[in-house]
Amino acid sequence: MIRVALPFHLRKLAGLEGELNLQIPEPVTIGAILDAIELKHPVLRGTIRDHVSLKRRPFIRFFACKEDLSLEPYDTLLPKAVASGVEPFLVVGAMAGG
Amino acid sequence: MSQVRVLVGTKKGAFILNADGSRENWDVSGPLFAGWEIYHLKGSPVDPNRIYASQTSGWFGQIIQRSDDGGQTWAPPGTKPEDLMGADGMPKGVSNMFAYEGEVGTHKFYDGTQHPWEFKRIWHIEPSLTDPDVAFAGAEDAALFKTADAGKTWKELPGLRGAKGHLWQPGAGGMGLHTIILDPTNDRRMYIAISAAGAFRTDDGGINWRPINRGLKSPYELPDPDAEVGHCVHRIAMHPSRPGVLFMQKHWDVLRTDNAGDQWTEVSGNLPSDFGFPIDVHAHEPETIYVVPIKSDSEHFPPDGKLRVYRSKTGGNEWEGLTKGLPQKDCYVNVLRDSMAVDSLEPCGVYFGTTGGQVYCSPDGGDSWSPIVRDLPPVLSVEVQTLQ
Repeated sequence: MIRVALPFHLRKLAGLEGELNLQIPEPVTIGAILDAIELKHPVLRGTIRDHVSLKRRPFIRFFACKEDLSLEPYDTLLPKAVASGVEPFLVVGAMAGG
Repeated sequence: MSQVRVLVGTKKGAFILNADGSRENWDVSGPLFAGWEIYHLKGSPVDPNRIYASQTSGWFGQIIQRSDDGGQTWAPPGTKPEDLMGADGMPKGVSNMFAYEGEVGTHKFYDGTQHPWEFKRIWHIEPSLTDPDVAFAGAEDAALFKTADAGKTWKELPGLRGAKGHLWQPGAGGMGLHTIILDPTNDRRMYIAISAAGAFRTDDGGINWRPINRGLKSPYELPDPDAEVGHCVHRIAMHPSRPGVLFMQKHWDVLRTDNAGDQWTEVSGNLPSDFGFPIDVHAHEPETIYVVPIKSDSEHFPPDGKLRVYRSKTGGNEWEGLTKGLPQKDCYVNVLRDSMAVDSLEPCGVYFGTTGGQVYCSPDGGDSWSPIVRDLPPVLSVEVQTLQ
């Protein structure tokens, strides 16, 4: 079971409380997780990555195991701790600054 | 008894303000979609319980929300279980997908180079006058989209960007399509306006468009003051009984046209400042119009710290300041382009919202004003529904 932590606004949009749990077959990649999020919650399509280009939205970040994976390609394999559900995959709204 | 429902979009959510026809005691509900920018909400004139809302965020992009019960419950269109999966097993949830048609093309960018169109948000939603499932949406970067399935899917009307779109250039506020006016007597005719591009008209239902900016003069904004496109139109208003007569608040200048935009004439007259954002028309008097003068193009607050609505009962040129009930000192709010509306009661009610979070109502055509609410987030849009 993959654990995904979404930011407040996306949890609310999808009607979720707490983490999102996903069943994803190996290999567990960033792209596989995003596909699974959108398949389970279509309302989130376009909110994390662009509908057409599939590029990550500029102010979205992907963290896991204390690493920033935002700039990694979608076919990047995620750490075993994420693939096994020990650690969550974090979808984060970037800091606004100020 | 008649009722009014005021739909308020703010920087941090939407609010719905309800009152009976006396417009004295108000019920305030919200925030809806708390924390999101709600650029605009508007109800269908055919089915007032159907309301569309543009919910947007710099982080998470664009969401379209729809209510079918007058704003009590909301959902992004197309998210019911039967809507979720397509034949290939992939989600059908594309109510927030605004994709430019065909080759995306380019427009003029800040640095003068050509730059690809990039969708950012929906500024304005205009429901059809005849079909509650049909609505139009104005986008930044400027384009016009249409839904025919109550918001589940949106399709661009790309002919608009063919009207010299390569010459359009964003201003500091972005290149947004903010005004959509449907001709109630001719379903083939529609007007739109775009920040820093100008006004445009279609006479064939949105296939072909042409600029309607003759008579606009922008000597401080454009190298050619009489350019065919590039004028910073802030808002256009029309009275439904005279669809060929339009009133415009431009960056500077208030103007009118009596021939559907073929020629504009300045009617700023004795306004203390002819800069401003909103303009609207009295519900029962087609020559009575309202603006809110704002100082210059950089300070963006009322002249002398006095919040005044100006009314002309002669279709422009002769203006009177309306001050009763409005702050007449130390007021430095702005009133944005989509933040003024009128109801259709007798007497006509006039409403506007400010960047300071106040929403004012005048139940007597502008003679006197009082705040419905004072401390909302900055107001982005105000619409009113008159419910019988």
